[in-house]
Amino acid sequence: MALSTLIVPVLLTFTACFALGKRVDVYSALTKGAEEGLTVLLHILPSLIALLSAVYMFRASGAMEALGTLLAPALDRIGIPAETAPLLFIRPISGSGALAVGSEIMDSYGVDSYIGRVAAVMLGSSETTFYTVAVYYGAAGITKTRYTIPAALCADAVMFLASAFFVRLLMGA
Amino acid sequence: MAMAWLWTGMVAVSLIFGALTGNLNALSAAALEGAQSAVELCLAMCGVMCLWTGVMEVMNQCHLTDRLASLFRPLLRRLLPNASRDSETLAAISANLSADLLGLGNAATPLGIRAACRMSRGCKGTASDELCLLVVLNTASIQLLPTTLAGVRASLGTADPFDILPAVWLTSLLSVFAGLLAAKLFAHFWRN
Repeated sequence: MALSTLIVPVLLTFTACFALGKRVDVYSALTKGAEEGLTVLLHILPSLIALLSAVYMFRASGAMEALGTLLAPALDRIGIPAETAPLLFIRPISGSGALAVGSEIMDSYGVDSYIGRVAAVMLGSSETTFYTVAVYYGAAGITKTRYTIPAALCADAVMFLASAFFVRLLMGA
Repeated sequence: MAMAWLWTGMVAVSLIFGALTGNLNALSAAALEGAQSAVELCLAMCGVMCLWTGVMEVMNQCHLTDRLASLFRPLLRRLLPNASRDSETLAAISANLSADLLGLGNAATPLGIRAACRMSRGCKGTASDELCLLVVLNTASIQLLPTTLAGVRASLGTADPFDILPAVWLTSLLSVFAGLLAAKLFAHFWRN
């Protein structure tokens, strides 16, 4: 049995028992959190609508395929599937944009395919770099960010390489 | 404004490219189909995502987050020695990182901002080495259960929404290390 099939039921039971032991009202906490999830979805829906229509147009025009073909030789050499090329550009810039592009890639190449899995790991392993930097430094009144962005982009580059590598290593290509 | 340029750019490139390759007919249908599929995606991932944000809220209320935060403190004292001298900043940073780890984005950001504000006092708008490190850590955050992602995968009919977890963990761990390493290296060479 795979470990991941146990994660969900075990985590649900453990959390509920632990919380009950601490006299936390598990049920109302659960529904309160679910309501928060709903608010999050409500907030990302408008940008998903805008972005997915642009992404679908981009694909239908043939531009997405052209971008992939253009970058394929370079990406092949470092082991990243060329089909995920659009994700490399949008992941550091926009969270909902990456979600739109990523779900489109998973949908058209198959969610359980190698490409679909690499796209999923790329989505799940990083934050939206520029957004995070803008929020933190904006709030703290920092104008000279020095090497923050280069260092964060180094982390993103390693993340893209590692996504393709670990999916191939752990789940096969 | 970045998104305005990006969106306009994508639509304009699509139109020009469609005209060049003769795919122009498909564009209008594609735009409408994209908007429709955004709604379908949100609806389809709603159940999985809300269930997990619910579980995360339970973890938060029974102070599992605080326990996680206290595990971080020894590590943070080594990584950010100056900021750690102020106990309130240290508390904010460790709570920020553990909320990140649990995927409580809404809780993590205000905590991180509080830490960043305290760390930036008296620095005249220039980020200190430690503040750079904190922000880099946050841009490459490790998430134990990427709930939005699991929701998307479930909505697309995956066999197991969580089967990519080991790959996600190893990847984000490696990228956090790369970010740390890069920040430490740049701290030595960066002028001003």
